[in-house]
Amino acid sequence: MIRLIDVYKEYDNGTKALKGIDLRIEDGEFVFLVGPSGSGKSTIVKLLTAESTASKGRVIVNGYNLNNIRRWQIPHMRRTLGVIFQDFRLIEKKTVQGNLEFAMRTIGASGREMGKRIPYVLDLVGLNGKAEAYPNEMSGGEQQRVAIARALVNNPRMIIADEPTGNLDPKRSLEIMTLLERINSMGTTVLVVTHEKDLVNRFSKRVVAIKDGELVRDGQGGYYRV
Amino acid sequence: MKRINIGYFIKEGFLSVFSHGLMSFAAVCMIVACLLIMGSFSLLAMNVDENLKKLEDDNEFLAYIDENYTDAQIQDLIARVKAVDNVDADSVKFVTREEAKAVYLEGREEDGLYANMPDEVFRDRLSIHVVDLTRFNETVEAVEALPGVDGHRAEGELAEGFVAVRNAVTALAWVLVAILAAVSLFIIANTIRLATFTRREEIAIMKMCGATDGFVRGPFIVEGLILGLVGALVAFFLQWAVYGAVCRAIIGSGALTLFQLLEFKDIWSRVLGVFLAAGAAIGAVGSGFAIRRFLQV
Repeated sequence: MIRLIDVYKEYDNGTKALKGIDLRIEDGEFVFLVGPSGSGKSTIVKLLTAESTASKGRVIVNGYNLNNIRRWQIPHMRRTLGVIFQDFRLIEKKTVQGNLEFAMRTIGASGREMGKRIPYVLDLVGLNGKAEAYPNEMSGGEQQRVAIARALVNNPRMIIADEPTGNLDPKRSLEIMTLLERINSMGTTVLVVTHEKDLVNRFSKRVVAIKDGELVRDGQGGYYRV
Repeated sequence: MKRINIGYFIKEGFLSVFSHGLMSFAAVCMIVACLLIMGSFSLLAMNVDENLKKLEDDNEFLAYIDENYTDAQIQDLIARVKAVDNVDADSVKFVTREEAKAVYLEGREEDGLYANMPDEVFRDRLSIHVVDLTRFNETVEAVEALPGVDGHRAEGELAEGFVAVRNAVTALAWVLVAILAAVSLFIIANTIRLATFTRREEIAIMKMCGATDGFVRGPFIVEGLILGLVGALVAFFLQWAVYGAVCRAIIGSGALTLFQLLEFKDIWSRVLGVFLAAGAAIGAVGSGFAIRRFLQV
């Protein structure tokens, strides 16, 4: 669950990235957050992952009020999220299995838990038999599937995907989006930040559009229009 | 902290030492250099302190006894002197004028000038040592104030000089060790920071997955500890060799005959303990500082 209540964000250099954003995303929803470059999409992602704090207004994520969250609580909040990036951010010197183990170890998972969970998640993202492969041996689409597997492996309540198809061709982009839709159908909330019009229009989902730091449109079953 | 984490920290710490071999080598060299310099200054200070202590032990003052005192009164006076605060009671010794003359004439037997010197030139006296040299003058005054004591001879300035030199050497050693420790910490922190810089992406991923600061920091602390302990061991053996060579050179040259050098076999365990503790502290604290900036994600 996400709540943004009258949120403003002004950076130290004076840039006003967000100007009074109100947004509510319920558990289990699939939402596209769209807008042109520099509209404030990435700023919203940074606020939701507690990488940055709002200048004004309230930000609540999965029950954590990020306005007055304590430093030691941030890791616990992040464990309720799975974050996917445009550039995958995989560890090149670790195998697929190693990358997923790395993510699970950070939350103190045991070897037994990893042994059960990792094959299940790899199967879910369609990477059966790729556990021993290294990222640089895989295609861009496969690498993004590893990143999705890593985001899913700790069983988060919500997936935040920041331009997940930015480095992929249209066919792979569609596959990734279909995979995210499937994950959503299993109960996980999904927020996809993108500016890819065709892709958004193919899926009949809620679309939230922002422009120049203001929310300009919020519609169900919508299409990309800013 | 979970047991699984400790095992993971140790494994990752060791792996990191070897996977960043060149950086590890540079860090160990820095630790060895800093510990060697710190160790050399500390050993010099220990030797100076030990020799000054011995000189202090030789320090005494004399209290002359009233000429008219009987033997019984002298015994009573000795008892009263022993009771004075800061007087080393076991050291109080009665010296007759004849004994004082004999001591004075030692080595002067050939000199005819002293051949007919009467005993009366000398006086009965008490030889007294103090416990705390910093209170030398007040102790002398307290003894002199006792009835039956008729004057004294004391090298108060010499005693004050010993105390001043000891304090100065100790203070200088501490200041130098503190400066060198701070410099070591700075160098180690920067060396490990360079190694950490290449892994900032890993740290960012860990943080985004929900890793606590402690979990991220753990392997780096272990890495710093390993580097610190290895550096300490290498520095210890080098220090041993250097100290031995310097001692042999000093003894061989015949210089500083009054200066007694501490033997390494008597102090090796102290040196090793201090080196290991300093190496571990420098390594662990240096790593902790180095990684701090990368945790701000």
